[in-house]
Amino acid sequence: VEGTACFRAGCGVTNKMVLITRKIEFSASHLYNNPALSSEENRRIFGKCNNPHGHGHNYALEVTVAGEPNPVTGMVLDLKELKEILEREVMQRMDHRFLNYEVAELKGQIPTCENIARVIWGLLEPKIKHGKLHRVRLYESEDLFADCYRNGVDVS
Amino acid sequence: VKTAVDNRSEVAELGHRSAAPLESTGLKIELGRRYKFAASHRLHTDKFSEEENVRVFGKCANPYGHGHNYVLEISVSGDVDPATGMIANLADLDGFVQREVIDAFDCRSLNEDVAAFRGVVPTTENLCIEIFRRLKNFPKAKLERVRVQETTNNSFEYFGI
Repeated sequence: VEGTACFRAGCGVTNKMVLITRKIEFSASHLYNNPALSSEENRRIFGKCNNPHGHGHNYALEVTVAGEPNPVTGMVLDLKELKEILEREVMQRMDHRFLNYEVAELKGQIPTCENIARVIWGLLEPKIKHGKLHRVRLYESEDLFADCYRNGVDVS
Repeated sequence: VKTAVDNRSEVAELGHRSAAPLESTGLKIELGRRYKFAASHRLHTDKFSEEENVRVFGKCANPYGHGHNYVLEISVSGDVDPATGMIANLADLDGFVQREVIDAFDCRSLNEDVAAFRGVVPTTENLCIEIFRRLKNFPKAKLERVRVQETTNNSFEYFGI
């Protein structure tokens, strides 16, 4: 019987699908500052993250793709292909970069975990041709991360 | 399985921002945060004889209890505020979790010091449910799930009702 296999309503994962996750790590610097706010307000809201010269993290990115394994290859997608997409779209853009100044997609946004995860989703989703992007999880540290999902998409 | 409609009515019921997780982009963003606390417990119920307690709970029924370094992971969802880039300010979230969970559980006996475990076995399943109950009224975002790791080999997740 085919049905939804995930707790998340409308996540599109059926019980014929397998989730495959690839992890990469990159290092980057950032700072939190909203130019529309006064420096006192920036300080109050963002605290140390507002320090003017920025600071860095070792980010860990987990990318999960959902799909039915190809009956011949047994694969949802070729991990090599996913690895190349992550290298091109994420590593080359963000690794050893200052996220505020060097990543065009983050221009005008505060580079929080939430916003970076959403930008990464936007970069990866159109590139994944086999299976569907299910989740992007970005860790800023072991204790802080953001998840991005597509909301309420039904597969059929 | 919860439907989108169930989710929305739950949001309304709890007085959270209406339909907060439904972003205009069609994406849903969740913020995840990890906390730690150490507590002791004993798995034992008055409804069983001593022999039955030992048979069911094994070493966990030893009379003076034992402890764990619990790891708590929570996820909250909501709109990402364009002014801050955040679903919820971490200071608000951390303060709330500190008051509602960490202060109540850390370095305590779950059986003796937490009212919810009078007459309820403090398994990590029940601990997840109790933590969800304590955190679900976080005013700034919607609690999506609670995951508690009892040891590095056991973890439990609860998504609320």
